[in-house]
Formats: sequence, C-alpha cells, structure tokens
Amino acid sequence: MAEKRLRVIVAKPGLDGHDRGAKIIARALRDAGFEVIYTGLHQTPEMVAEAAVQEDADAVGLSVLSGAHMTLFPEVLRLLKERGAGDVVVFGGGIIPEEDAKKLKEMGVREIFTPGASTEDIVKWVRENVHPRD
Amino acid sequence: MSTNPSDKERWLKTTYRDARERPVRFSTVSDLEIEPLYTPEDVKGDYSESIGYPGEYPYTRGPYGSMYRGRLWTMRQFAGFGLAEDTNARFHFLLSQGQDGLSTAFDMPTLMGYDADHHRARGEVGREGVSVTSIDDMMRLFDRIPLDKVTTSMTVNCSASVLLAMYLVVAERNGVPWEKVGGTIQNDMLKEFIAQKEWICPPAPSLRIVTDMIEFCAKRVPRWHPVSISGYHIREAGSTAVQELAFTIADGICYVEEAMKRGLDVDAFAPRLSFFWNIHNDFLEEVAKLRAARRMWARLMKERFGAKSPRSMTLRCHAQTAGASLTAQQPLNNIVRVAIQALAGVMGGVQSLHTNSMDETLALPTEQAVMVALRTQQIIAEETGVTNTIDPLGGSYAIEALTDRMEREAMDYIRRIDEMGGMLRAIETGYPQREIAEAAFHYQRQLEKGEKTVVGVNKYQVPEEIPIDTLRIDPVLEEKQIQRVRKMKRERNSVAVREALLRVREACRSGENLMEPICEAVRRNVTVGEISDVFREEFGVYTDPGWI
Repeated sequence: MAEKRLRVIVAKPGLDGHDRGAKIIARALRDAGFEVIYTGLHQTPEMVAEAAVQEDADAVGLSVLSGAHMTLFPEVLRLLKERGAGDVVVFGGGIIPEEDAKKLKEMGVREIFTPGASTEDIVKWVRENVHPRD
Repeated sequence: MSTNPSDKERWLKTTYRDARERPVRFSTVSDLEIEPLYTPEDVKGDYSESIGYPGEYPYTRGPYGSMYRGRLWTMRQFAGFGLAEDTNARFHFLLSQGQDGLSTAFDMPTLMGYDADHHRARGEVGREGVSVTSIDDMMRLFDRIPLDKVTTSMTVNCSASVLLAMYLVVAERNGVPWEKVGGTIQNDMLKEFIAQKEWICPPAPSLRIVTDMIEFCAKRVPRWHPVSISGYHIREAGSTAVQELAFTIADGICYVEEAMKRGLDVDAFAPRLSFFWNIHNDFLEEVAKLRAARRMWARLMKERFGAKSPRSMTLRCHAQTAGASLTAQQPLNNIVRVAIQALAGVMGGVQSLHTNSMDETLALPTEQAVMVALRTQQIIAEETGVTNTIDPLGGSYAIEALTDRMEREAMDYIRRIDEMGGMLRAIETGYPQREIAEAAFHYQRQLEKGEKTVVGVNKYQVPEEIPIDTLRIDPVLEEKQIQRVRKMKRERNSVAVREALLRVREACRSGENLMEPICEAVRRNVTVGEISDVFREEFGVYTDPGWI
C-alpha cells in the first residue's frame, strides 16, 4: 500500500498581508508531493489550531511578518495542546530576530526560517522532521 | 538620417558573435530578455509624438517643464512605530535633518480597522507602525507640526476614510482651514485585493468608499491627493515590472471611471490622482517603466477619458526602493542596493522618494539606518550632478526601446482586463492575483537554480554574519495604549458617539457621501474600530480566497 501523504497546513495568523512567502512555500511543498492546505490571510490562532485538528494535519507552518510572532506562535502551540494535538509539528518563518527564534524553539516551535531560506531547504527539512501522526 | 535596416543584423552576425557570450540568460530581474545592443532601428516612434519635451504631452521626459532644476523631489521617509508620541519625535528628527515631507506608517490594527484594545490587535499594537485609535492619538501624532506648511502622506487603505477625517479634524483644531491642507492618502483599495491584502469589506463597497473620498476631496480639500494609485505592493508581492505598470494603470482607469459615473468632470479630480511606484534592482527596466507610465497615463487620459487639462494628463509619483530586494544576509550591502535603486528613481523623474534603510529585513529601522537612507538621497541630489539636466537617459536607444516595449506589453494586459469587464471584475475572479503569484514563483525558481543572483544569499555568502543593532519595540507600550484607549472610551459622551455612528450607518445605506458623517464621528471620539465595524455590518466582511 502506498505510504500516506503527509498533510501540512500553511497558515498566516495575524493581521499583516505579506503572503508572498507563504504562497511560495505552499506551492513548493505541494510540488514536492505533500498534501498542502493554505488557510489564507488574517487567521486567528484559534482558526489555525482548529484547522489543524479538523484536517488532521501532521504539521503546521506559520508565516508572520508583522512582528507579532512572540504573541501568535506560542498561542498556536498552546491551543494545539489544549485540543490534544500537541504532537503536530509547528514550524514557521518571517521577519524574526535570532533571539526571538531561539525563545520560540525553546517553547516548542521546531524550526524558524528567516529571509533568504530556500524552498529546497524548507522542503528537505519538512521531509526529515515531519512524520505521520499516530 | 537613414539607417540601413540590415545594419544591426549584419553587426550581430559578423562582429558580435553569440559564441563569445557568457553562459547566462541576459534578462531583467523581471525576466524580460534584453538584446546585446539597441540602435536607432529599435526606436520606432516619432520624437515629438512619443518622447517630446518635459512638461509637454505625452510627458515621457517628465511631468514638469523645469523638473529638478526647478525643484528637487520631496525626500519623504516613511516612519511610524509605537505610540503617537514616539512617532511624533521621529517626525521632528526627520524634519530637523532636512526632510521636507512626512510619511506615516500605521500599525496593523489601525490599518485593518481594529482599535488597540480589540483582541485581534494583541501583539500587533505599535509594531509595524504607529497605533492610532482615536482623534486623541492623531492630535499627539501631529503635535507641533504645521499642517499648512508640511505635506503629509498617510499609508492607509481600508480605514483611510477615518484617518483622513482625523487628519482634517487635527487641522481644524489647530486653526488650519481644509483648503490649505496638503498631502496624500494611499487609499488604493483595488491594489489591496491584488497585493497588499488589507481589507474590511468586499471589493465593490470598498471602491465606493474610495470614490466618496475622491468626490469629497475634489469639493472640500482641493490640495489633497485622495488616492495614490500604487504599484509598490504589486511588485513587492512578486510581480514583474510590466505587471506592476499594467495593473496599476488599470486600477487608475477604474477609479477614473467610477468618479466619472458620479457625474464629476474628469478635470475636476484627475489632477489630484497620484501614483506610487516600486524601484527594484534592474536599473534600465525601472527607468523605462517610469517613463512608460507617464506616457501611458497621458495618452489614456486624453484619448480614453477626454481630459482637457494638462494636469489631468500628467502622472506625478512617489516611489520607494524595493523592500523585497533587500537581504538579511550582509545587510550593509543593502545600502548599495538602495543607492542604485534611488538613482534609477531619480533618472526616471519621480516627484517624491523614500529610500529604505539597510536593516529593514530584520526589524523596523534604527535612527542611524534611516539617516544613511536619507543621506543617500541627498548625495544623489547634491553631489552626483544627475539633476543638472532633465531626463538624462532619454534618447538612449536602450532606454527608448525598453520604454516602448513596456508600454506595449502593459497595454496588452490592460486590453485583456478591459475584455474581462474592467479591473473590479478581474480582481473578483483572481486574475491579477494569480498572474503575480505565478511571477513570484518563477523568480524564486530562478533564484534557486542560480539563474538569478542575489549577492550574499545564493552567491558570495559568508559563513559568519556580523550582527547589526536593530530597533526593539518595547512590549509594554501595547498595554499602555490599551489602557489609554479604555480610559478615553469611558470618559467620552456615549450618546454623542451612538448618534454619530448611526449617521455613518445611514450614509452607508443611503449612498450619501460618507466623509462628512465620518468627520463628525471622529470629532466625537468615535474610533477607527467602531466606524470599521459599521462598514463590516453594512457591507460585509471580505475573506481571503487563499489562492496559491
């Protein structure tokens, strides 16, 4: 039987409209064979966590370019745990200073990609770090 | 003078020899293929018809007769962060450094029509720009700024009607009559759906609010530019230069048509329409784009809309260097990118310019980084000598051929959009959005295959980056602003607030121009979020279709 395709949600929480990166990542992951759901813009952390649970996602990629990452990322992590989906791999990207990236990783965000990261690196990372949930 | 049509071909075959070419694709950053040489054979149009003189139709060489010999462009650095008093201090600093116009960046809640104390504003207050919830904040923001002397640009779109009303009420309270108030509000909702993605209501009612503002300003605030038709964000979202040109001009066509449907004479409002372009890395392409834009607009206004006033036909513009071209890696290199982009803007004849700071891919800029960016403009203006003669690249075979080509390709897009029933319809079907996403993906692929170079990112990388200082926004200020807004809401006259909101709601329903009721609401301390909520209830909320 064919291996189950990994399902990744690419989400844009927060109010900013910078979706160029999120859309490119969504498309690159899709082209690489993942099942990708792009939430569209202006999602609340609740909407993102709810989508992850509803869609039974294996991973959630968050894109934030408004500077609100220290509020939005931890909130998504908390809500996923609250819904019993704490094992969903959360990664993200945006204009995120290194010291914030470090703190976010300590909180449980698995990887942070910053400007200049290539889609190949991101696809490779997802392949190596995301596995089907039980 | 005659040119033998075979001359260029002969030269290509005998002297140039393709075999000696480096193994790269010779194309612009937008992937427009460029020929090895341009000659008189490539410049087809008649000089007076298609190039002409500065300040004369079709304005290819510049909107004004004397251009920078008469007056330099306005150096207008975009600024805004934290609380109103923080940004006010930055404004005074910039004015003291020789800047001559203000440009305001608002934070995401203000831009999206939420008060600072709304739950959706959490983590975003004062982050990307200044937080403005009510007239109190606006009074602090423009404290000790002479609004009859300094012109202000405000980058705000779906909540623009409220912010313009606030600016006018600040003027009123400082004794400055509206007729003397000058400036620009971005207010280009069409490009929001295409690219920047800040919206409240669906496209059609959003367009109605923009048109209300064009009409209101034409009658009451004659020195104000009620919409700045923007290619900037279209380009930042990943479009090509031709797409930026085409979609922006097509947006302009749509606004003109809407205002004319109200019965306004084209010459009564068109002189106050202005444009806002992105200036990317590809020097010649950018200069050609700016020249083509002026010629296209002049021809469209005259031939399609029957404008009589030369001021309706002249495209005047602000420009900003390309944020998306800057790199987090080796950030000092960004100073060089910005300088070259700014020079292209000046060679292209812009009226106003913002130069990005080298640290903007990392955070909001520090005061030092902003100063270097402003100095870059001052060096171009006062040291390089490029302002001594008008349109110095005009007449270059390459520039004229590229200008013609950009106009031609952009007009092809505009025809396609006309066939779809105009820009509003095209946006509703996602046409420009998809074209841009496609171009952005194409460019990303070219980068990853090494077909395009970004120095420091996919070539000439260094193993260890030297960190630079960045601006940190104190998280405490969000709480401070929330407390301030709550206190204001407790203390204001709530009956007056309710009456004012009812009037705004009635105007939404009746089709009466919204601006007077919004001005009155703002005077009574009604907030950005409260007025936006009326829009949400009356016009509905737009949600992102999430096309990829």
